[in-house]
Amino acid sequence: MMKILVPVKRVIDAYVKVRVKSDSSGVDLNNIKMDINPFCEIAVEEAIRMKENNLASEIILVSIGGSKSEETLRKGLAMGADRAILIDCGDQELEPLSIAKILKEIATKEAVDLVLMGKQAIDSDNNQTGQMLSALLGWSQGTFVSEVKKDDDGLIVTREVDGGLETISLTIPAVITADLRLNEPRYVKLPNIMKAKKKPLDKMVLADLSIDTTARTKTLKVEEPVARTSGELFEGAANDTVAKLIEKIGNKL
Amino acid sequence: MSILVIAEHDNQSLKTTTLNAITAAKELGDDIHILIIGSNCQTVTDAAVKVNSVTKVILADDTVYEHQLAENVATLIVKVVSNGDYSHVLSPASTFGKNTMPRVSALLDKQMISDIVKIESADTFVRPIYAGNAMATVQTTDDIKILTIRPTAFEVTVAEGGSAGVENISSAGDAKLSAFISQELTKSDRPELGDARIVVSGGRGLGSKENFENLIPALADKLGAGIGASRAAVDAGWVPNDYQVGQTGKQVAPEIYIAIGISGAIQHLAGMKDSKIIVAINKDADAQIFGVADYGIVGDLNEVLPELMSSLK
Ligand SMILES: Cc1cc2nc3c(=O)[nH]c(=O)nc-3n(C[C@H](O)[C@H](O)[C@H](O)COP(=O)(O)OP(=O)(O)OC[C@H]3O[C@@H](n4cnc5c(N)ncnc54)[C@H](O)[C@@H]3O)c2cc1C
Ligand SMILES: Nc1ncnc2c1ncn2[C@@H]1O[C@H](COP(=O)(O)O)[C@@H](O)[C@H]1O
Repeated sequence: MMKILVPVKRVIDAYVKVRVKSDSSGVDLNNIKMDINPFCEIAVEEAIRMKENNLASEIILVSIGGSKSEETLRKGLAMGADRAILIDCGDQELEPLSIAKILKEIATKEAVDLVLMGKQAIDSDNNQTGQMLSALLGWSQGTFVSEVKKDDDGLIVTREVDGGLETISLTIPAVITADLRLNEPRYVKLPNIMKAKKKPLDKMVLADLSIDTTARTKTLKVEEPVARTSGELFEGAANDTVAKLIEKIGNKL
Repeated sequence: MSILVIAEHDNQSLKTTTLNAITAAKELGDDIHILIIGSNCQTVTDAAVKVNSVTKVILADDTVYEHQLAENVATLIVKVVSNGDYSHVLSPASTFGKNTMPRVSALLDKQMISDIVKIESADTFVRPIYAGNAMATVQTTDDIKILTIRPTAFEVTVAEGGSAGVENISSAGDAKLSAFISQELTKSDRPELGDARIVVSGGRGLGSKENFENLIPALADKLGAGIGASRAAVDAGWVPNDYQVGQTGKQVAPEIYIAIGISGAIQHLAGMKDSKIIVAINKDADAQIFGVADYGIVGDLNEVLPELMSSLK
């Protein structure tokens, strides 16, 4: 049975409209609804299903972020993970390479067999950390995964690629990153939220790990994208609206 | 110093995304090498040597690379980069590039920059964040810059006029961490989503798989268009996963994008709002998609589409 590590990130709620700060220093996260990164939630769900199917013995969550990332971890615990680790880095924005180095340390220390994580954090949209972690550990890599199966030798994963689907086998230990269609995460029930409050959650600060997290990149500015304005709207009977559209762009069609 | 572009290909043809990446490379320097990693990919090599502005083609041809497994491909790229004198390593921000480049980056201990839409200078790049709701200008201090390029943001380099030499290099072997089992590629005679001049895209508003299949392909064929879809249509199983346009699917920027029965969630807009002309058909006059559409028809798609079909000669 596998011991599974699931790294989860606290991000802006997927359905909230973000606003760029007027001084171009970043986006305004003040009083913004935050939640677990949707892809991480899918990863947690998959780990729980593996445990329910007797493929996993223990699910450990880890989050690197400010103290509020505890909420994110509690949500994953309420879904069914066993315990959690919070690595508090204050409001420092760490780069994927640094996150991957930290995760390597935790994965090694906890001697896990599988790291199941999101393919992408919906704030920075990097899509890097899983692949980096896999490289640093020298483990097999299955990215953008929409199905995971266990067989005698290892794991069989189906990946969502640009041309369609690809199925590959992975040796264990492995790093897998979840795509949207891997599963549909369960709703958390109230009694489980209560139970999750009592599950173990270890806290560390970044300094407890001697990892060089010096930033290599600097964000010079963050700006609004070029805005698109709404154009002409045609309302009424279909033959009428279609005729108007054809009049406008018929020569381009 | 030179610029290394990792070719995206299927062992038969060079993908146009590679030609987008080469355009980005040209903004960074003029000694541009293409690295082809594959199996039996002579035709790819033949195409690559002809690409305008390419000075050298490096070829690693080995059965081990037939399916371009990330672990093996990354090891080889690292070897090439370490033996060369490269300031930048580029690949398209396709699932191929996204799968491979972060691995390369970590092995070289560099912090790569994903999904670049604009090059400001040799070390400064613009990329979308928060589903394209903000644009970040990022500067790096890494000596070797590992980058993925959003294909839609760069023109295609002319695939003719070049006469680069080919250097064959040996394989870096099989790490035996993963193995290919099978693939299920979507077959279609329609233009590829990323290359299509017109994209006809359908969403949950189509109501059913039958309705999607009855209405969308017919319109696409009439227009010579590619077909796209919202996540909702893909999740419902109406179309394959690779049709999904959006933040976490494909980015497209065609001449004309026609969104049919798509509400225009930010995640969807992230994949198509750079299209030149956006047309939306939706029965809800308040749908977000109309906020970005150049032309919108408020109406039932089941009435509008047949009308549109008969109006198009
Ligand atoms: C992490 C994450 C990533 C995501 N990534 C993506 C992505 O990459 N791409 C993507 O598309 N989505 C993505 N989504 C989902 C996105 O938030 C929306 O849920 C999705 O785009 C909605 O699809 P839709 O517009 O087809 O459906 P809906 O939002 O349900 O809209 C259907 C529309 O059809 C209209 N309609 C209904 N009937 C008719 C009719 N008869 N005639 C005309 N109009 C009609 C309705 O008015 C409505 O506007 C993501 C979500 C998350 C959380
Ligand atoms: N700060 C973090 N803490 C825990 N996990 C993270 C963090 N940042 C990224 N990850 C993991 O890496 C995945 C991909 O993130 P990214 O590479 O930033 O797009 C996420 O879905 C998480 O599983």
